[in-house]
Amino acid sequence: MIELKNLTKKYGSFTAVDSIDLSVPDGELFGFLGPNGAGKTTTLRMIAGILQPTAGSIHLAGIDLSENPLAAKAKLGFIPDRPFIYDKLTGAEFLRFVAGLYGQDGEKVEHRGRELMALFDLDAWADELVESYSHGMRQKLIISSAFMHRPDVIVVDEPMVGLDPKAARILKDLFREYVRRGHTIMMSTHTLEVAETLCDRIAIIQNGKIRAVGTIDDLRAESTGGGGLEEIFLKLTGERAARVAMEVLDA
Amino acid sequence: MHSHTKPLPSPSLLHVLSPKFISAGARPLGKTENRSGRLILFVTVGGVFWLFVFGLLYRLLKYFRGIPEIGALLAAKLLGLMFISLFGILILSNVVTALSSFFLAKDLDLLVAAPVDWLRLYGAKLLETTAHSSWMVVLVATPVLTAYGISYQGGFLYPLIAIAAVIPFLFIPAAIGSAVTLILVNIFPARRTRDILSVIAVLAAAGVVLMFRLVRPERLARPEGFRSLVEFISLLRTPTSPWMPNEWVAQGIMSWLRKSPEILPFYLLWSTAAVVIVFGALLHRWLYTRGFSKSQESGERWVRQGSIGRLVARALTPWGVMRRELVLKEMRLFFRDTTQWSQLILLAVLVVVYVFNIKFLPLRGEGVTFFLANVIPFVNLILSGFVLASIAARFIFPGISLEGRTLWLLRSSPLEMRQLLWSKFWVGTIPLLVLALILVFVTDVLLQVSGFMMAVSIFTITMMTFAIAGLALGFGALFPKFNTENAAQIPTSFGGLVLMMASVTLIGIVIVLEARPVYEYAGSVLFKTDPSTWGLVLGFGGATLVCLAATFVPIQIAVKRMKELER
Repeated sequence: MIELKNLTKKYGSFTAVDSIDLSVPDGELFGFLGPNGAGKTTTLRMIAGILQPTAGSIHLAGIDLSENPLAAKAKLGFIPDRPFIYDKLTGAEFLRFVAGLYGQDGEKVEHRGRELMALFDLDAWADELVESYSHGMRQKLIISSAFMHRPDVIVVDEPMVGLDPKAARILKDLFREYVRRGHTIMMSTHTLEVAETLCDRIAIIQNGKIRAVGTIDDLRAESTGGGGLEEIFLKLTGERAARVAMEVLDA
Repeated sequence: MHSHTKPLPSPSLLHVLSPKFISAGARPLGKTENRSGRLILFVTVGGVFWLFVFGLLYRLLKYFRGIPEIGALLAAKLLGLMFISLFGILILSNVVTALSSFFLAKDLDLLVAAPVDWLRLYGAKLLETTAHSSWMVVLVATPVLTAYGISYQGGFLYPLIAIAAVIPFLFIPAAIGSAVTLILVNIFPARRTRDILSVIAVLAAAGVVLMFRLVRPERLARPEGFRSLVEFISLLRTPTSPWMPNEWVAQGIMSWLRKSPEILPFYLLWSTAAVVIVFGALLHRWLYTRGFSKSQESGERWVRQGSIGRLVARALTPWGVMRRELVLKEMRLFFRDTTQWSQLILLAVLVVVYVFNIKFLPLRGEGVTFFLANVIPFVNLILSGFVLASIAARFIFPGISLEGRTLWLLRSSPLEMRQLLWSKFWVGTIPLLVLALILVFVTDVLLQVSGFMMAVSIFTITMMTFAIAGLALGFGALFPKFNTENAAQIPTSFGGLVLMMASVTLIGIVIVLEARPVYEYAGSVLFKTDPSTWGLVLGFGGATLVCLAATFVPIQIAVKRMKELER
């Protein structure tokens, strides 16, 4: 379960995230949508304990992140949008290291690592240095690492970037199965089709504020025009979609 | 599609370089918070360092001026010695920097894909390489040249003369270093920085030894070894290396200061710089495209799980899974990153040259006073401290910077920053301590010091090792370089310089606190007077306190800073 109360982040006079209140219960896959620079990544990185909020509170699995950061982080798995990892470790060593950060080791962990790598077709690469991995392979390795310690909550920033269609499909299945088992996933994405088919509820954020939150049907009702998520998204975020591409190219 | 295409005008050199100026102007000390605090720290430490160098040289030059005949010759020799070491440092640092700026920099994809002609690319990257690798040398040379100018009354034109001599002196090693890197990248297949840097390290090692032979410092240290004063003077008069730019700089500057200006050294400097740059540019046109393409190929793939790794893993198991994995990770990253371990070769050469110099010091026989016998171990401590400081700057200081891109993982996991920093501290400090103890023990045995002095040395170097490691970690967290493409560049960054200056200050304070009580105590033991232990207690107590503070305070600051860091 993730609970955000009055969550705010300011950089000087600029407010990146503005008093967000949100609750994602157990067993829910929650989507976080918004235009570039809306505050999605900032929010997710605050939940992951990487950025300090200017105000407000974050509870992960019932634990206050600012009061008891280590216990809260032990419940969390984070998948960032840019797959920066140690180039000079092998894939298997990286998974072992991540498990170690959560105090886990032994045969069970080894087994889990092998299974996760096999799931993403990385088993043949397990003993090769990460520096020889492609962007997508790194992304798959980081996704695997987030599942190593079986967290209650997973926070994902743009999971589909760089993944091949097969891996994207596997990831969707994995996410669905994970929440079915009672865990929580919060995910930001620009791929509206993914959000539409995968998420139980969706929030649309713009200029650091939540513009709308609910199921697809709720959002459709709110945007008073129906249609797919794309239309709803554009209506709610007020994008000037009408700008004709030809005009731009001729400019 | 256009049927006829005019060749596009290539963007100007200034335009290619403009992102660098703009970013440099936007954040002179990194875009982080607390800029003024760090600026004050830098200005203070830098100011103290400048004053120290200036004061030392000014006194020395005043003393030289008082010696008829050979005073000016000694001053010229000293300047020559300084510039030969700077030349060596510049060549090495340009080779390392050129690897980043010509082949690994992130802006290269954009520049190589854009219609920028080869000459402008070369010019822009050469300027970038020169600036990155020379700024520190300029910073060190400024107080030295100022001391020469003031002490020899160089007049108001002197700064211009000094600048005219130093500018080509900086460009010559930059063009040579870039050319060496260009050739190495073309010789070695794929992105084998490992091989390239190993070769560089070995070349540098050879260079250090060669430079020592060229200078023959031991002959100058023993004037009594010459048959006559005339012979000594004639040695001083002959240039050490007449074909080297360092000699021309020294000659050009000294001739102006002696009021008999010569034009030849300046002519040599500027014409050589021009020739080297032209050749560098031609080589660039010939080899760059091929080399750049090669450098983009993928890295190494396979690694073996070493038995040492398994052994360490087993030994660390009682300390818990998290600590064990942190230490193992540090070790793997270090030994698999050639830019890191290849520097060990250079280090070994530094240590060997140092030990040999101690071995050949004329410390036995007549004329070796009680004073000298007790001063030399302290000088030994100071020099060993410098060796340790430069090693810490190479290996401990970059630790935090290298973690930059992966901090998201550590910060989102239940790992305490304190634990991360202490694991980095111990992984760096234990090998450093072993090396320090061996170095001091061996040199003290060679110097045949007394048991008391040996105990003093061992105690002091142990305390200093902890303090230097603490400082290195602290400054590493205060001045991180998270976005560097090349680990070898981190120690020569702004923070690395501040660290070196802080380490020198620390070593100075510790020695000042200990020297007098130790000297008095040893004297009273020798002359069988009542030795005062109070002085000893105060001296060592003070030194211990300073070292403990220098160990714990920087780490505390680093922990705080890492917690506040938002990455």
